[in-house]
Amino acid sequence: MSGAARDRASTPGARPTDDMERWEQEIAAVPGATDPRHNRSGIEVKPLYTPHDWDAGRYEADLGYPGQPPFTRGIYPSMHRGRRWTQRQLIGLGTPTDYNRRLRTILDAGATAISLIPCNSVYRGVDADTVDPLLLGTCGTVINTPQDFADALEGIPIERISIGLNDPLPFTLLAQLLVEAKRRGVPWTALRGTSNQSDYISHYVANHMFFRLALPGSRRVLVDAIDFLGREVPNWNPLSVVGQHMQQAGATPAQAMAFTLCTALQVAEDCKARGMDPDAFLPRFTFFYDISISFFEEIAKFRAGRRLWARLARERLGARDPKSWRFKFHAQTSGIDLTRQQPLNNIARVTAQAIAGLFGGLQSLHTDAYDEVLSTPTEAAARIAINTQNILREEAGLADVIDPLGGSFYVESLTERMQAEIEAVIAEVDAAGGMYAAIEQGLVQRMIGDSAVAFQARVEAGEQKIVGVNAYVAPDRPEERAPLERPDPERMAAHLERIAAFKAARDATAVSAANDALARAADDPGANLFAAVVDATAAGLTQGEIVARLQERLGFGQPLVMV
Amino acid sequence: MNAPAHTAVPIKVLVTKVGLDGHDRGSRLVANALRDAGMEVVYTGPWQSIPAVIKLATEEDVDLIGISSLATDHLIVPQLMAALREAGLGDVPVIVGGIVPDDDERMLLESGVARVYHPGSALATIAADVTELCTTARQGVPA
Repeated sequence: MSGAARDRASTPGARPTDDMERWEQEIAAVPGATDPRHNRSGIEVKPLYTPHDWDAGRYEADLGYPGQPPFTRGIYPSMHRGRRWTQRQLIGLGTPTDYNRRLRTILDAGATAISLIPCNSVYRGVDADTVDPLLLGTCGTVINTPQDFADALEGIPIERISIGLNDPLPFTLLAQLLVEAKRRGVPWTALRGTSNQSDYISHYVANHMFFRLALPGSRRVLVDAIDFLGREVPNWNPLSVVGQHMQQAGATPAQAMAFTLCTALQVAEDCKARGMDPDAFLPRFTFFYDISISFFEEIAKFRAGRRLWARLARERLGARDPKSWRFKFHAQTSGIDLTRQQPLNNIARVTAQAIAGLFGGLQSLHTDAYDEVLSTPTEAAARIAINTQNILREEAGLADVIDPLGGSFYVESLTERMQAEIEAVIAEVDAAGGMYAAIEQGLVQRMIGDSAVAFQARVEAGEQKIVGVNAYVAPDRPEERAPLERPDPERMAAHLERIAAFKAARDATAVSAANDALARAADDPGANLFAAVVDATAAGLTQGEIVARLQERLGFGQPLVMV
Repeated sequence: MNAPAHTAVPIKVLVTKVGLDGHDRGSRLVANALRDAGMEVVYTGPWQSIPAVIKLATEEDVDLIGISSLATDHLIVPQLMAALREAGLGDVPVIVGGIVPDDDERMLLESGVARVYHPGSALATIAADVTELCTTARQGVPA
């Protein structure tokens, strides 16, 4: 391009230059090159972006600098340069002792934070002695009692490491952590971490396994916990708004982002209705997303979401502290994009997804193990997953420059288009009366279901290519599939005995009194129900007993199921 | 696509999930596809007990049962197969779809499951298989 042409081109909205017109003619002559292409959110993607697509003159207003509103370039001044992103691998398998051993391996491998995935039976809020033993510990750790929790985190410095708990409300695992901290003499103010599954809305519409209490009860317990933790455990993040479930269930990236922003607005409004100050709780709101392999779309999704949240927190919620406008998020590479066919290809997919998340400015990352589509991840595959992050940081240099794609004509234009799409979905939810009303009506569920059907149709029509599935199909090689790891039946049986012994050794009068106190708290709308859950846990109630009692008083969590 | 002309009564399929998990993208997609293929679909929420599945299959007189499993719930499907035989429903074909490791697939097929579908299976294939399995079962030939 000549100097003169460059000068003309740098004027947004200027007439196309001769060079540009010549390029348009040249590409039009290439078969298929200008055929319309669309990303997963339905936005058309052009073959080339130029200064005509993004006005660099809006830099200060729309982008600004990292750590400054509107935070498009990142929520902290130094981003990954100052502090490496948190490498938080989700793990959980077998008994608490099995988990403890795996935890130490992963910490040795470089993980800087821990997470706890409980067994599916715990997600359902039932104790192990009521479940078919075949289903115990296959996807997470069987933790029913405060003693189980202590076993799981034995020797782990809970006062020095960030802890992510996959802990649907009423947050029995967090209650167990608080009890364990008391036992060790660790002040609650020293605890850092996140309640990763506190977003009951995402459970109601998408990941039903975690949905335990009927909607109104769920709504109350979440606000109770935000209130209690803000006062007692101030470094804990009580809310993680989960876009991951929705995108996994079929929502497009733009829809998933919109739904999470609507959910955060809903919870914030619920807290405000309780008389809480937005600047007291918003700095502890966090978000959790899926990173699909739609590379640039994901980067634009995160940048647009960050910019929008800053505006919504300020304008809609009336937050005045810039800390309240910060969009903090954890992200996980998407399991939906992984294939059972030629499973080692998934390592390449996870790498691309992880880069998109890093360029999107995440605070914390889980990279999927390549074998997640085959079974619960094996230890060897989990090690590759975390080393993928290490390689991207240490060898590829992805932590060197903040928001490295900022200013790209394509990325900035796409960020604007994604933002418009997200705002359109938010408007639909607003029109339905907000997120709580929208999920009661099934609006969100319907939108997610429609998107899932549309995506599958694109795959089956061959419009969305998936290597090994509908393109580049190769003969099946079962030897590529990692060997199955399942909990050891003998160790699980011994663990069940340990739970039984714990229950038997409890003071029956104290247990009965704790049960009654919990029921009274549930019946009294003025009581803080999470405080009651902590008391019940300290008195030795199991998670299954606590959930059952609350389901009895507040209603069983039955999701709205629709096809 | 409509049900095959020789089938006077439309094929009726129960699509459900047993056990603990609640991920339902797969079951919703399959239920949609079977409905689009002209079948009648009885769809339930997650966490069905085995007796509940037997009861529903009996009451609704379904031609086939589809079980969706993402998080190891397929491990109790052999118990469902035994319960079906005990209830006199041994001739109702059962298919399973989801995250099913190789060893478990063998175990499921040995327990009498007619087909196991993994991620990446085409909905059209599933619909065609279901039609064939149900047509065969109606003719009284063991699945």
